[in-house]
Amino acid sequence: MSAREKLNDDLILGKHTYRSINDKVNNVVLNQNSHSIPWAVCFAVGFMLLQLMGLAILWLLYRGIGIWGVNNPVMWGWDIINFVWWIGIGHAGTLISAILLLLKQSWRNSINRFAEAMTLFAVSCAGLFPLLHTGRPYLAYWMFPYPNILAMTPNFRSPLLWDVFAISTYATVSAVFWFLGLIPDLASLRDRSKNPIFRFLFGMLAMGWRGAASHWQRYESAYIMLAGLSTPLVLSVHSIVSFDFAVSNLPGWHVTLFPPYFVAGAVYAGFAMVLTLAIPVRAWYNMKDFITMRHIDWMAKVMLATGLIVFYGYLCEAFFSWYSGNIYERSMLYYRAFGPYALAYWMLILCNGVIPQFLWFPKIRTNLVALFIICQFVSLGMWLERFVIISVSLHRDFLPSSWGFYTPTIWDVAMFLGTIGQFTFLMFGFLRVLPMINNFEMKELLYRMTGRGHHHGHNAAHHAEPALAGHTAADGEEH
Amino acid sequence: MSQPIYAIVAEFEDPDDLLEAAERVYAEGYRKVEAYSPFPVHGLAEAIGCDDSKVRWTCFLAGVTGAVVGMGMEVFCLAIDYPLNIGGRPLISWPQFIPVAYELTILCASFGAALGMLGFNGLPRPHHPIFNAKNFERASQDRFFIGVEAVDPKFDLEATDAFLRSLGAAEVSVVEE
Repeated sequence: MSAREKLNDDLILGKHTYRSINDKVNNVVLNQNSHSIPWAVCFAVGFMLLQLMGLAILWLLYRGIGIWGVNNPVMWGWDIINFVWWIGIGHAGTLISAILLLLKQSWRNSINRFAEAMTLFAVSCAGLFPLLHTGRPYLAYWMFPYPNILAMTPNFRSPLLWDVFAISTYATVSAVFWFLGLIPDLASLRDRSKNPIFRFLFGMLAMGWRGAASHWQRYESAYIMLAGLSTPLVLSVHSIVSFDFAVSNLPGWHVTLFPPYFVAGAVYAGFAMVLTLAIPVRAWYNMKDFITMRHIDWMAKVMLATGLIVFYGYLCEAFFSWYSGNIYERSMLYYRAFGPYALAYWMLILCNGVIPQFLWFPKIRTNLVALFIICQFVSLGMWLERFVIISVSLHRDFLPSSWGFYTPTIWDVAMFLGTIGQFTFLMFGFLRVLPMINNFEMKELLYRMTGRGHHHGHNAAHHAEPALAGHTAADGEEH
Repeated sequence: MSQPIYAIVAEFEDPDDLLEAAERVYAEGYRKVEAYSPFPVHGLAEAIGCDDSKVRWTCFLAGVTGAVVGMGMEVFCLAIDYPLNIGGRPLISWPQFIPVAYELTILCASFGAALGMLGFNGLPRPHHPIFNAKNFERASQDRFFIGVEAVDPKFDLEATDAFLRSLGAAEVSVVEE
């Protein structure tokens, strides 16, 4: 097992030409009959849960956030947990689209489009929670510095305000990056479509893209710049989210380890969600040629690696609590493991510490059912991690007289299920109206596997048929 | 011909053939040349003498603007417009101003890159004479085109046509404005 794996034909299976890749990707959108019953079921369930969210928000706006379980001393409950959980899930999309692009990892090409869509939709779910948590979302613009007769300026020294800027920048840049990647594919749909309404809509969105070489050159430089900007952005976003906790003085929150460990946890949860979506979708839409077992295997490996970092974080947290010698730190650790919420802590260790170890076995990494189940444990584990950090740290602080116990209400649950519905609804809507796989990058990948680029710099002993991904094991091409 | 001519376009089935054709067209002395492909072909823009760093510079300058405006805004808000003593910290406690300035840097630089790309490419532009080329709808699917524009000083209807045919193109056609 070498550290640098070879770029070979495992990234695209079967005999594919530019034409066949193009048709395969575009037909999902152009042939509206290609959507099966599982699509309809997921879309309908998502839509129903979305209605539940509408109800939960209406009731919340009418009654106020008292309908949630949050109260003194646990002021941050499911709402903030869900916020951090969703934002973390979004991070895998940016990792795949930006960081893997900078690292020239060709295996990102077939998964980046829907991973980026996942980022956008996850961020849209995340953004709802702090907005509603303010209690008066219609005054949210107060968080931005604008000239006003109240003579108010936001406090730029507060991590909560950093959060406002980090999340809104993240959402905007992710949307720009996603749209930029879509332009050539929209042009392809425009030229392929027979339906005049589709032609018009895709034509408007493609903005007259004509694939000129000089345009591609500027396009690629803009794309690589955006990737270079998104990489520090994604690291900064979850670091800033972790500052919400780390900058405070509360035991269990005041941990210098938080920024890197939050980022690793985000990638870990995000890859679990990418796999959760990719495993069924590739089967339903018969995309097994493009999202191959190699992709699945590598995503599972990334999950294992980041999972180990997260688990190392738990060990460090426990060690430093003990090593600090501080009575409050030590009792926080004790109550986490043996307090009223001990079950959540040990479930967390099980989900994030023990179960991912199965991913060491190649047989499990390529067993789709097992992998899908592990991904669900990872998602649950990452949710529990935020519960343990946020709510469990709050329920017993410095003064025993102010201790309390936190339980969520049905409205917390309704809101959470509602965002799952929103995410599912948007994700399956996206599969229907936009190409789920990056069409032009897949064609470019085929070119690099078979065309002139393939023969650069090494002995062209294996001469593949042009435009045919045969069974030629290419030498390790890392462009 | 009732319409003025925009270009002569040659169509290829393989990106490597297009790359070779582009190199030969440029070597022949044509300068108003544009190649069209469904995906970026490395070396193609360079082969027709096109290397543009304007997008990179736009991105950089937009990023610098974001940093300066972001930091300036924070200093103005908290130290000049409404000086606010929070926890006895200095009014310009710049390390705490970095996260917001940093996010604004990234935001502006991203807009610089994306809008710079669209702006310098002259997009959005829904109509363009090249779309009149025969079979051009496949330029976004699986075919590769190179066009010598009529404004090129070396352009000659017959000679250019014959030259493009000699490159082994699958199809050569005249495109009207």
